[in-house]
Amino acid sequence: MDVALAPETLARWQFGITTVYHFLFVPLTISLAALTAGLQTAWVRSGKEKYLRATKFWGKLFLINIAMGVVTGIVQEFQFGMNWSDYSRFVGDIFGAPLAFEALIAFFFESTFIGLWIFGWDKLPKKIHLACIWMVSIGTILSAYFILAANSWMQHPVGYRINEERGRAELTDFWLVLTQNTALTQFFHTITAAFLVGGAFMVGISAFHLARKKHVPVMRTSLRLGLITLIIAGMGTAISGDLLGKVMFKQQPMKMAAAEALWDGEAPAPFSVFAYGDVEKGHNKVAIEIPGLLSFLANDDFTSFVPGINDVNKAEQEKFGPGDYRPNIPVAYWGFRWMIGFGMASLAVGVLGLWLTRKKFMLPPGLRTGEDEVPHLVLFKKVLSPRFATWYWIVALWTMGFPLIANSWGWIFTEMGRQPWVVYGVLRTRDAVSPHVSQAEVLTSMIGFTLLYAVLAVIEVRLLVKYVKLGPPELTEADLNPPTKIGGDDKNPDRPMAFSY
Amino acid sequence: MQLHDVWFVLIAVLWTGYFFLEGFDFGVGVLTKLLARDRTEKRVLINTIGPVWDGNEVWLLTAGGATFAAFPEWYATLFSGFYLPLLLILVCLIIRGVAFEYRHKRDEDRWQTNWEHAIFWTSLIPAFLWGVAFANIVRGVKIDEDMNYVGSLFDLLNVYSLLGGLVTLTLFTFHGAVFTSLKTVGDIRERSRTLATRLGVLTAVLALVFLIWTQVSHGDAKSLIAMVVAVVALVGALGFNLAGREGWSFALSGVTIAAAVAMLFLTLFPNVMPSSLNEAWNLTVTNASSSPYTLKIMTWCAGVATPLVLLYQGWTYWVFRKRIGTQHIADAH
Repeated sequence: MDVALAPETLARWQFGITTVYHFLFVPLTISLAALTAGLQTAWVRSGKEKYLRATKFWGKLFLINIAMGVVTGIVQEFQFGMNWSDYSRFVGDIFGAPLAFEALIAFFFESTFIGLWIFGWDKLPKKIHLACIWMVSIGTILSAYFILAANSWMQHPVGYRINEERGRAELTDFWLVLTQNTALTQFFHTITAAFLVGGAFMVGISAFHLARKKHVPVMRTSLRLGLITLIIAGMGTAISGDLLGKVMFKQQPMKMAAAEALWDGEAPAPFSVFAYGDVEKGHNKVAIEIPGLLSFLANDDFTSFVPGINDVNKAEQEKFGPGDYRPNIPVAYWGFRWMIGFGMASLAVGVLGLWLTRKKFMLPPGLRTGEDEVPHLVLFKKVLSPRFATWYWIVALWTMGFPLIANSWGWIFTEMGRQPWVVYGVLRTRDAVSPHVSQAEVLTSMIGFTLLYAVLAVIEVRLLVKYVKLGPPELTEADLNPPTKIGGDDKNPDRPMAFSY
Repeated sequence: MQLHDVWFVLIAVLWTGYFFLEGFDFGVGVLTKLLARDRTEKRVLINTIGPVWDGNEVWLLTAGGATFAAFPEWYATLFSGFYLPLLLILVCLIIRGVAFEYRHKRDEDRWQTNWEHAIFWTSLIPAFLWGVAFANIVRGVKIDEDMNYVGSLFDLLNVYSLLGGLVTLTLFTFHGAVFTSLKTVGDIRERSRTLATRLGVLTAVLALVFLIWTQVSHGDAKSLIAMVVAVVALVGALGFNLAGREGWSFALSGVTIAAAVAMLFLTLFPNVMPSSLNEAWNLTVTNASSSPYTLKIMTWCAGVATPLVLLYQGWTYWVFRKRIGTQHIADAH
């Protein structure tokens, strides 16, 4: 059979497509849930209307987004059984448990309280309604934790033994699976990266409105919140990325060697800035390097030895038998760089934005007040600032995509960098596919999902654009007088619902 | 009772929860075409399930996740074996979820009409296919000695399983009609009650044939009891519906679903997925289950989480307990 259309290849493509697509929505959902909850908290505490309008605006975008996150997530759970049944048989004893925990503890939480939040504006007292969005936020974060614990087990299997008789891996220490350093650092890294997405989203859209001098009070607040989120998340992503990198150097030396295109081990090992090489022969033709930096990233020591791709491949051949244990090196190498590059670029845009707005003089000239004037920066303010502001709005708009690209490449790197293993050192991907699912079946589902996802992407983007342009809603009498008892006030039983589908 | 038996019961409970809850929201989806006369009435129907359908669907995710963890072999055989029907269900659930959320977000007539068609079909198709799938599980399918399904799609389409599909479709629609009459006011409430009667009679006829067929070919004394409960509850639901006691009628249509699911699982036990090729190749609670350690952890988790879930999901129904009618639907999108 043609390898390009073999069920395994198709199943891998399908997994890649559905996962990357699903993960465009996940980080935005995680971060926007928390940011919306934060804004609603500000409204409840201060009573300032701009916070309520901001809550409604970002909340609506959050809902458009989460709908897609939820429905594309269903596919992920069932795909293991459909396309990877031998994987499911082999690791279900371990991998299934965090998945079931995720459903029982996180999904129920998230989906029930989101219904209460959407429809509860006129049914719940202010503080209980606020608690609902926090519950949703907690649900999204718990869900991320359980799924990352499951994924971390694939990166670094712990707390198990192989049962030869049943031909499978069995769990021996669930606590270890949940708390191993791979799981904790991956969680830290993924959550901070998620807030990078949400921060950039908020900055970009606020910039869009501010550039047009519209909805200024709401968008000024949102811009600030977005910038601060972007910066904290950016620093968090860098720190957690460094920690995760060190963990990976120890647990998956092949992945990190591939990420650096370091063919032969060196002490000290350099960090590669750009490389172009021959994958078959195993060497680089062009390489621009920073001496010693890789040693430092791996081991906190500028002179230490870091093993290369050829070393690890040889070691694995001795351990697991003949074969090629190298992942797709260009994908790992460039995936790693795009992840870091786009992540860092987002952080830079955040820092620049915060510096520019530190005295609020980024506001378009007509909207500035006396307190926004910055006397000691006359040159900047008079000559550069007006143009610079326009530039910044455009840059901010583009930056919305940066963390999404960084997130996607991060996952592609993590997952493809582990190949040919599906569970590192334990189970190979080729041994994980469903043995009796036909090429036609996988092809049908791959094409089906891809087309469906493409259509939905267009619909979702159009809707987001529509609601972004519409801006924050005006408040009504009902918005400012939330009910005082659960189930709503009975004064007027025929009053239309505050929210209806 | 060993832990894998406990988990067999818990999986049955999760499917019962799923069919009870999503059963009525599938039914309401189907009713948007059968019952509603105009867009406002369609919206009344959609809004009766608006705050809860998402939470209902999680019962399926939990049933799937729990099967993966407690009976990995069952999960693997079932989902790789019933590949195309499952694909169709997943596609429906994707479109359905988006349809609820997006239908009202644009004012254009065509946009809204398209999503309304989507809601109808994506409620009807899974309601039918789940019946087909479960009937096939009870009937037994071609499973080889390596626990792999080796039949084709056409092996899944037989008279018994198609009848099973019709039973779940009509039963869920009936359950949905009873729910609608419980949750609405005015004209639509009266009409849904009338429709529920007709659907209930149709369901009773189909279900009786299916359940007797199941009992005769696979049943024992315990499944007979479950079958009797299902039939009596269905008749009771019809009776209370005629008497205008909607709450009781809904409770009993729920009991019908629970008893029918119980019956299917009782006819299965101790198998989880029997092989039609050779009895020795049946998947059973013992050869398909996880290790005792995993089952123990899962039992703890389910023991703590399930009561909480029931509590807060129940609370949701309490918060949104008021009936709605066309007057509650605002014009704004």
